Amino acid sequence: MSGHEKTLLPSKVIFKLAWRNLWRNHRRTLIMLSAITLGVWAMIFMTSLLRGMVDDLLYNGIRHLPGEVQIHQRNYRDDPSINNSMPPADAKLLTALNMPRVTAWTSRIKVSAVIASERDSRGVILLGVNPQSEVKLGFDLDSISSGRFLQSTNDSGLVIGAKLAERLETRLGKRVVIMSQDPKNNIAERGFRVVGIYRGKLASQEEMNVYAGLQTLQKMLKLGNQISEIAITAEDYRNTHQWFPVIKNATEDPLQALPWYEADSYLSTMMVTMDGFVLVWIVVVFMTLSFGLVNTLIMAVFERTREIGLMQSLGMRPTLILYQILIESFLLLLIGLVAGNVIALLTIIPLQDGIDISGVAQGMEMMGSSSVLYPALKLKDMLLANVIVIVLGLLTSLLPAWHASRLNPVEALSRN
Amino acid sequence: MSSIICKDLCKTFQQGEEIITGLDRVSISIEKGDFVCLSGPSGSGKTTLLNAVGGLDKPDSGEILIGGIRIDNLGKGALADMRLHNIGFVFQAYNLIPVLTARENVEFVMQVSGMPALERAEKSLNILKEVGLEGMEERRPAQLSGGQQQRVAVARAIVSQPTLILADEPTANLDSVTASQLMDLFVELNQHHNVTFVIATHDVRVMKYAKRLIRMEDGKIITDVNQRHKNSD
Repeated sequence: MSGHEKTLLPSKVIFKLAWRNLWRNHRRTLIMLSAITLGVWAMIFMTSLLRGMVDDLLYNGIRHLPGEVQIHQRNYRDDPSINNSMPPADAKLLTALNMPRVTAWTSRIKVSAVIASERDSRGVILLGVNPQSEVKLGFDLDSISSGRFLQSTNDSGLVIGAKLAERLETRLGKRVVIMSQDPKNNIAERGFRVVGIYRGKLASQEEMNVYAGLQTLQKMLKLGNQISEIAITAEDYRNTHQWFPVIKNATEDPLQALPWYEADSYLSTMMVTMDGFVLVWIVVVFMTLSFGLVNTLIMAVFERTREIGLMQSLGMRPTLILYQILIESFLLLLIGLVAGNVIALLTIIPLQDGIDISGVAQGMEMMGSSSVLYPALKLKDMLLANVIVIVLGLLTSLLPAWHASRLNPVEALSRN
Repeated sequence: MSSIICKDLCKTFQQGEEIITGLDRVSISIEKGDFVCLSGPSGSGKTTLLNAVGGLDKPDSGEILIGGIRIDNLGKGALADMRLHNIGFVFQAYNLIPVLTARENVEFVMQVSGMPALERAEKSLNILKEVGLEGMEERRPAQLSGGQQQRVAVARAIVSQPTLILADEPTANLDSVTASQLMDLFVELNQHHNVTFVIATHDVRVMKYAKRLIRMEDGKIITDVNQRHKNSD
């Protein structure tokens, strides 16, 4: 009798057995594959819709800030008054602002003011802007419903929201008076002609934000070249943390640079919540799948009890039986994943131009979301869905696989 | 040196509330190269003894030594390795793996033990030819007759040249011609390759081939007859 040499893992025969056993009961395998495919599709497709919706909310929110990073005088956030203005960007900051990652930046004045028409008056936020860089930063010229946007920093006109115009009972071409405070706490006022009316995404924005030329306001408020803030934007708000340190390092006291996720905790919470929600969604879909998967494997083991006893009696170690069932499960999951991913891509790609949800999206518009939903397919989400299905799938397969490996060969062989 | 030694083997089974004795203080010694038939009525303990010797089942008490190594206290993995490298099994029902072809079934044990593909292909084709299944190598079990399936099972049991073959009612489902061919094959392996055979059977035709005939009843050895002289006469 030779020694009891330890057998190496005979992966080829195990793989062959797993693959052929998978197709022994075509119907059951195909039903399970359909379920996995549908589940994976649902994970990826629904996640891309949710991501698209939240991306839209975040994008609009960041645009409203505006910008992914803002620079203010340190006390400005606590007291956003004209007394907490700041000087324009110095050479060091300009170098940072002109780095390739930054797609646009602008200097602005942002103060509280009162606007009065012939009929009514309202409190507003008065924005002194550079029109060219403001557009690059995100002001949508298509939102101008009548008239025009500002043309230069010296433009003497005023652009107001449609809602505000309605409240003031004024219209394009009419004169209005703006009143605010200068740095010495004296009343500063000036008459403007309404040169443009815009439609905002948010009703509150349309009613509150009033745009004037930057230099026009600096003169009116006797600010010299002082500004309230610098707003900066880049390509993807998710990558702000990568380039923000450059801006931060170029910002010297008393100025303070803040990324959007610190400037608006609601938006950052929304993003984190979304990541958590995606994970919960994927796990919940998987759990419904796992019942089918475990049932399929238990049935497969039950039907092959005698065969498993035979393989044990021929010298197949219990661990190899366990591997075989796990590989069978892995193959089932893999085929389902590939099919699910392909179908998800095939259904998401044609929807890249957006899904019109205006019929059901009035409530969403109030929250700052658009009436067109753009599915956002993220590699990270696809990977997460795939990894969860494979890892949890194999974990849930451990039970039937372990059961198979622990069968008593004599009892298994006597099973009909 | 004895090939198999069993000392005071006891084994009981619970069947409902009844306790059935499978083996009752069975002691036996089988020489290397012996050809032993275990006979007796159903429930006499033949298969239980065969399973215990093959490491498929553990006795409640007693010792089993194969080639000087005690196997009754080995773990499942070590027992599987012992069966893989040293023992060939032939069962009453043909017990082939249905998703594998005849050749793949024969190759199975060699593949699990890590033999290179070319070597095992050559061996499996030769052994299938030897058992008269040339041209049927790529058929699946469902495409073979009962006799052909049993010959594949025998080919699988002997292809890796085990030192011991345990057969449980190997001819039970075979016609007399096929049964006779199978027994001739066993005798040839025993005589030319010195393979030890332990066969549990009811079949008197099989018993005729045995060098040693052991009769069991109620888990005990009743008679143990050496038939060498009788057969040679």
